[in-house]
Amino acid sequence: MGTVASTSAETPSGRSIWIDVPDWAGNIAGQHVDVRLTAPDGYQATRSYSLASSGPSPRLQLAVDKLPDGEVSPYLVDDLRAGDMLELRGPLGGWFVWSPSVEQPVQLIAGGSGVVPLVAMIRAHAASGSTAPMQLLYSVRTPDDRFFADELEKLDNITYAYTRSGPPDATIGRLTKERLAAAVLPVGSAVFVCGPTGFVEAVASWLVDLGHDASLIKTERFGGA
Amino acid sequence: MSIFTRGFSGRGRDNNPALPPGQYLTEDFPVLSAGPTPNVDTDTWEFTITTETGKVHRWNWEQLMALPTEDIHTDIHCVTRWSKLGTTWRGVSLDTLFADVETEYDYVMEHSYGGYTTNAPYEDLRDGKAWIAHTFEGEPLDPEHGGPARLLVPHLYFWKSAKWIRGLTMMAEDDPGFWEQNGYHIYGDPWQEQRYW
Ligand SMILES: Cc1cc2nc3c(=O)[nH]c(=O)nc-3n(C[C@H](O)[C@H](O)[C@H](O)COP(=O)(O)OP(=O)(O)OC[C@H]3O[C@@H](n4cnc5c(N)ncnc54)[C@H](O)[C@@H]3O)c2cc1C
Repeated sequence: MGTVASTSAETPSGRSIWIDVPDWAGNIAGQHVDVRLTAPDGYQATRSYSLASSGPSPRLQLAVDKLPDGEVSPYLVDDLRAGDMLELRGPLGGWFVWSPSVEQPVQLIAGGSGVVPLVAMIRAHAASGSTAPMQLLYSVRTPDDRFFADELEKLDNITYAYTRSGPPDATIGRLTKERLAAAVLPVGSAVFVCGPTGFVEAVASWLVDLGHDASLIKTERFGGA
Repeated sequence: MSIFTRGFSGRGRDNNPALPPGQYLTEDFPVLSAGPTPNVDTDTWEFTITTETGKVHRWNWEQLMALPTEDIHTDIHCVTRWSKLGTTWRGVSLDTLFADVETEYDYVMEHSYGGYTTNAPYEDLRDGKAWIAHTFEGEPLDPEHGGPARLLVPHLYFWKSAKWIRGLTMMAEDDPGFWEQNGYHIYGDPWQEQRYW
């Protein structure tokens, strides 16, 4: 059980939620929690959300994007507020994780809110002092839709791929295999791909076409088409 | 005992007795995979059953297709909480494939193209409870859903229905597979909500 410490807008449709979980045992970058909501009649709905935070801190950070016709995400984005209790289970997932023992260069590839567990990895990487290179390719609708924009702004190892609109000098439109090839670290790097299912399917199969070893590509599919 | 979530009323209630606890109905077919979808060619496809003596029983795609097929109408339940009711599959019963297999072992490791594994008790794969499925709703099974062929073990959470199935190995003990080593339950009964260990 956690208590919402604060929330803040990340994008027009998404926000960050900080939750205090006093007995939290710590988590590795990339893991997620299951959030369970309970209505007055006992009805429950549970969804998974990645942790943007990692390490021993009992203050967890989630970042949630609202699906307009969704059941849980509109509640978390529009209704939840500081002081609310939230039932969580986790940390979950032992595969889609990065820890400093990974020695290869790391290419992170995010679509939309898929950046959440990857930001946890960027933070853990910075905190660890690991010398393995790590870079991010972030596909997102427009500059306003970027999660963690201020924090990522300060980093120089990020390539943005805007799908709807962006700065005048940017190529706008969905990622293609060619643009992917130009933006990612060479074959032999560890790759983490996260986002909507269709995005992850396309990117992961292009990576394999480009010669990346399937066993070095880890994926997390958030759902949707 | 859980507390109520302030201000949450929830959407429609799926008061459907066919839904195991904590599951919701979906019309989509979501995808749970840990890596890229492998490209498996039926020209080189093969399925094996390996026993404790080292004996390997093999089928290629043509041989699989020549075996008697069954139509399976079933509900499926994913550990990530979606369920689909009344899905239709076509495939070959594991009873047919195990007909000439001699083994004393009680557990099975399922191996996939792409390297993933998941474990199950042998008795859960017998007596009309498991198939190699190659057709979904009348169409060849999509690669992202495990095509050309996946295991179908619908009474367990769906990760036990290994996608891109390539072989089964008999085991003396119930050793955990890839998914189980990464946090999923060793058995995975949706009615007991055995999601994680
Ligand atoms: C391991 C894991 C980690 C996740 N981490 C995050 C996270 O950090 N931040 C976050 O915002 N979400 C995350 N998700 C997605 C999240 O769990 C929910 O699926 C999402 O918030 C939608 O829930 P909902 O109840 O609002 O929509 P639902 O009521 O479940 O669905 C409404 C409609 O949207 C479709 N849909 C469901 N999920 C998606 C999707 N991701 N994209 C597009 N369409 C979809 C459904 O098929 C349905 O038609 C994660 C998912 C997984 C599996």
